[in-house]
Amino acid sequence: MEKPIFDYGVNTTRRHFLSKLSLGLGSAALGSLLIPDLFKGGGGEPDVNELMAGLPHFAPKAKRVIYLFQNGAPSQLDLFDYKPMLNKMHGQDLPESIRGGQRLTGMTANQAKFPLAGSIFNFKQHGKSGAWMSELLPHMAGIADDLCIIKTLNTEAINHDPALTFFQTGAQVGNRPSFGAWLSYGLGSENQNLPGFCVLLSRGKGNGQGVYSKLWTNGFLDSVHQGVQFSSGENPVLYLNDPDGMDRTQRRKMLDNLAELNQGTFNDFGDPEITAKVQQYEMAFRMQTAVPEITDMSKEPESIVKMYGPECLVPGTYAANCLLARKLSEQGVRFVQLYHQGWDSHGGLPTEIKGQCMDVDQASAALVTDLKQRGLLDETLVIWGGEFGRTNYCQGTLTKDNYGRDHHPRAFTVWMAGGGIKPGMVYGETDEFGYNIVKDPVHVHDFHATILNQLGLDHEKLVYKHQGRRYRLTDVAGKLVKGIIA
Amino acid sequence: MKKKFLYLGVLSGAVAFLAVSCFKKNGVLQSQSGSEAVSYNFDIRPILSDKCFACHGPDSKKREAGLRLDLAESAYAKLKDGKGVAIFPGKPEQSEVYRRITSADPSYQMPTPESHLGLLNESEIGLVKKWIEEGAKYERHWAFTTPVLPAVPEVSKEDWPKNEIDNFVLRKMEGAGLTPNDEAAKSYLLKRVALDLTGLPPTVEMQKQFEADKSDKAYEKVVDQLLAQKTYGEKMAVHWLDVARYADSYGYQDDEVRTQWPWRDWLINAFNKNMKYDQFLMWQIAGDMLPNANKEQILATAFFRNHKYTEEGGVIPEEYRIEYNIDKTKTFSTGVLGLTVECAQCHDHKYDPISQEDYYRMFAFFNNSKELGFEGDISQTKPAKNPIMTISDEEAKTLLSFINRPDTSRLMVSVLGDLDTLRPTHILNRGSYDAPGRVVTASALPAVMRFDTLKLPQNRLGLAKWTTSKSNPLTARVFINQIWQEFFGRGIVKSTGDFGMQGDLPTNPALLDWLAVDFMNHGWDIKRLVKQIVTSATYRQSAKVTDEKLKADPENIYLSRGPRYRLPAELVRDMVLSTSGLLNPKIGGPSVKPYQPKGMWEAATSGRGTLRTYQQDKGDALYRRGMYTFIKLTVPPPSMIIFDASNRDHCEVKRSKTNTPLQALVMLNDPTVLEASRVFAERLVAKSTDIESNIRSSFQAIVCRQPTDKEVELLKKYYNEEATMFSKQKDNAAKVLNVGEFPHEAKADKVRAAALMRVINTLYNMEETITKS
Repeated sequence: MEKPIFDYGVNTTRRHFLSKLSLGLGSAALGSLLIPDLFKGGGGEPDVNELMAGLPHFAPKAKRVIYLFQNGAPSQLDLFDYKPMLNKMHGQDLPESIRGGQRLTGMTANQAKFPLAGSIFNFKQHGKSGAWMSELLPHMAGIADDLCIIKTLNTEAINHDPALTFFQTGAQVGNRPSFGAWLSYGLGSENQNLPGFCVLLSRGKGNGQGVYSKLWTNGFLDSVHQGVQFSSGENPVLYLNDPDGMDRTQRRKMLDNLAELNQGTFNDFGDPEITAKVQQYEMAFRMQTAVPEITDMSKEPESIVKMYGPECLVPGTYAANCLLARKLSEQGVRFVQLYHQGWDSHGGLPTEIKGQCMDVDQASAALVTDLKQRGLLDETLVIWGGEFGRTNYCQGTLTKDNYGRDHHPRAFTVWMAGGGIKPGMVYGETDEFGYNIVKDPVHVHDFHATILNQLGLDHEKLVYKHQGRRYRLTDVAGKLVKGIIA
Repeated sequence: MKKKFLYLGVLSGAVAFLAVSCFKKNGVLQSQSGSEAVSYNFDIRPILSDKCFACHGPDSKKREAGLRLDLAESAYAKLKDGKGVAIFPGKPEQSEVYRRITSADPSYQMPTPESHLGLLNESEIGLVKKWIEEGAKYERHWAFTTPVLPAVPEVSKEDWPKNEIDNFVLRKMEGAGLTPNDEAAKSYLLKRVALDLTGLPPTVEMQKQFEADKSDKAYEKVVDQLLAQKTYGEKMAVHWLDVARYADSYGYQDDEVRTQWPWRDWLINAFNKNMKYDQFLMWQIAGDMLPNANKEQILATAFFRNHKYTEEGGVIPEEYRIEYNIDKTKTFSTGVLGLTVECAQCHDHKYDPISQEDYYRMFAFFNNSKELGFEGDISQTKPAKNPIMTISDEEAKTLLSFINRPDTSRLMVSVLGDLDTLRPTHILNRGSYDAPGRVVTASALPAVMRFDTLKLPQNRLGLAKWTTSKSNPLTARVFINQIWQEFFGRGIVKSTGDFGMQGDLPTNPALLDWLAVDFMNHGWDIKRLVKQIVTSATYRQSAKVTDEKLKADPENIYLSRGPRYRLPAELVRDMVLSTSGLLNPKIGGPSVKPYQPKGMWEAATSGRGTLRTYQQDKGDALYRRGMYTFIKLTVPPPSMIIFDASNRDHCEVKRSKTNTPLQALVMLNDPTVLEASRVFAERLVAKSTDIESNIRSSFQAIVCRQPTDKEVELLKKYYNEEATMFSKQKDNAAKVLNVGEFPHEAKADKVRAAALMRVINTLYNMEETITKS
């Protein structure tokens, strides 16, 4: 059985694709890094997973995703979920009836009291939907009509590692493929010279939680599907730069000689892996040009720099990563995953969160606007949010203008923009304490199912059989959140 | 009923059936022959398991209509609604199963459209029909029956087999109309066997010796020499380190350092001493419970303590204590038994006869540990977690002298150790630590083999005895298969980690069983097994493949050619270091931090702990074998991961083998490869100015054969062009040579060295170089 790969329009099958290759069109490029099973080693016929026939399952609304992960968990109560009740009851204990047996992290489990902490920041309504946002997010407020703000994300995890892993892989523990790897597996890449799944890291000044390569792992999928981490260092992609003293002409000459030597081996052995290897070297060569071109911000016009803020010219900042994300996405990179660390404000939240918002507010909004201006927002889904929320009660000492917040899994805010998601709306409601959901809960699995849906994938059909079991990103759960789909 | 089907291969009449008709495109054995009897195990169960068992199988909670199709009694019994039976032996038309799989009515057909399992195809329907016609006989799953020694089959090409393996392999090949390749040329064979047995390519001296030795015993002599080298233990350890998810840090958030490496030293030593596999398992599962257990036996149990361990502040300890035991259960079941049992954490297994209760009874063996779920956050970190074994200077000099210590300070290792009073084990509802159900006692999986509580203690010692019993149907088969995979790139059972009903069927069941029984009958002797494999004619075949063979057998299931695979990640590094002369051959000791692209640890850290920045080592620590590269779980070494190394997050029994542009970039630009090219070039240039001889020497060292004249011409031309260029740009030559910390050869002319370095770097990038062929 032939497995169709990527191109929505052209229902290209693997065999067709390979025959194109052998015709010397050389079209595989890096795309093949991410084409399911295409260059799987071992010399034989790659495993053909019959379960994956007919991708995408239906016409997609989004072709690409940019996920702005706010690592450490931003406080929804200081940014989006406006709860004047908390200010009214500032310092009073969270009623036990509201907590309702929620398990606590080891950090506040022994706290004698759970004093409610109202946000010290001013909230206003913005846009046609009248979405509440705090003064910390002036730029996001300016694009309120483009955002779908979901106030009712919820998860089971109460610690960073499992919660983050849950968002990225659909399971709290275990070595499962990450979201981007699933998409690479399911849809392949649109670009011939760039990886289909790119990862960009940045760090704020707030209390940080680490990230780990497990978050962009291929899990049990082939390692061609793992995220490629871009770095702001000398090498934008690992081992990309040629060594000192090796220019392009010399590299070309070396690769030509290498290809001839490899051809000799092929003539001798007849192993198709050898030919595939030669192709991979050609792709590597092309990538050496394509990646530096895309990471070079020096040619960006003044208007763009102004939109993202001057930090976008400083490699490794969140702003620079947002701009890079737009460029990668524009070039057809299927999944760009950003992580911005520093949101874990167990204490001194008002100061920390200000700094974090300074880092991300302008650039996040700029990314949405930039995509919109280029006519790409319709087909690009932008997601902004953390791994859980923060408690309405204070961790540590509560004063009039200082407090900390612990982890809160029951309700937190994430926004999406573009990609066939309804713009200018607020979805879901929490109670007046901002603690429990009263309307329209969105579980992590539902969130995944909905994103896959926008990409033209039925989350129950995007499966991979591993060690006898059919695995899904959504495990055995997940419901479409129809209310947010345009 | 004894699984006769397994040994059809030895019954002359039935051979053709198995051999010819058992081959399917995707490598799953399946009968497609119309004239032979349909086998439940080989033909029917894979279909039923894949399409039916999810709702009509072992999982009692998901079972529809009360119907089980995995058991004959249920399948033949009257259906719940009183209308007929699911399977009427002999009468497909009267079997509800057959009627439904052939129905076009979505409200009636099976599998249901909602299941997304897809309908059966024509050939599957045909098989089910025929099976029912022939009486719908059920059989016990092949892997759950104790293997018995099959007779060695006779073959027509009598002069080919060198040992029994070859008879089994050739029998299949002949049935499929394939003939074996000739023996590989000496140079290829030597490279292959040296890499497989020691992880290192043969030195030029070895190559010359072997080439010169014209005796019949030349190959066997080399094999014996290689088996006797200490590097054998290192090579064998690499796979087991994946099984054991060995790493040098705790994983999770802050990911601080831990010291499990003395266990790695034990592992290498165990292989080198040729510890028998039953003892090897016994010690690792229950070394601490053996009578008068000594510290070496206790150290072996560190195998189970390589799991991740959280130091994230604020966790609930019990949640993690359970998680660690789930990990141990998985390591045992996947690594040793070749079964995936994780599904039964939350519910009865959907495919294999493993209930949730069975799962927690096995889990109970690990649940009595003194281990805590949490011992404090990173500010209170220790290099080992309770239970801890300390190793004194004295012990490291005597009983544990195989440990390669950096100094004389006391060592700490996380090991196993049980509580005095039994901690009750509950079935955890939905697999959740805070939803304990019924209490269960320890017992091993009854579907595999009964755990006789009259003879076996209900603790890990009992589990170890159960595992290493010669009647256990899985232990030997699973290990044989893992070893086979190491040599041939693919197991006899392709799904190395799943011998259950959803797993792949063995491509040569009789061979697998013969090897398993022979292995046990000869005292679980690993070196003997390895020698059997590498001295077989099957292994010694040339890896050349014609278009016809590639078409007939793309995955080389019939083994009518030798194995040809890219080296595992660690061995790519070893190849580069050893052939350039840079390799530091030290065995064991703490892991090291060689060159790594800047900023990787720094970009991902929480900012806490000693591993927040990468402190690269200096001097000869830069040139250790790949298996000693420090593994920080949250950011595993990139050049290893790019070459498909395990990330060591969980027990892994099979690595993927990919071919990507990132691998090309490593070989082109990794300072390790560039430095090796530079050092090798400088040495050669300092010794001789004869270009051709330098090219020939480096070629033979790196590619492990003599170059053809054509290759020499090409490389000479390349050398000359580069030399001309560098002689015009002398600064550039110096720049090119400026890589790596290894001292320069003062006598080497820079232009020549730089040009030869380019040639050598090209050799390292040859496909053949990092491939055993």
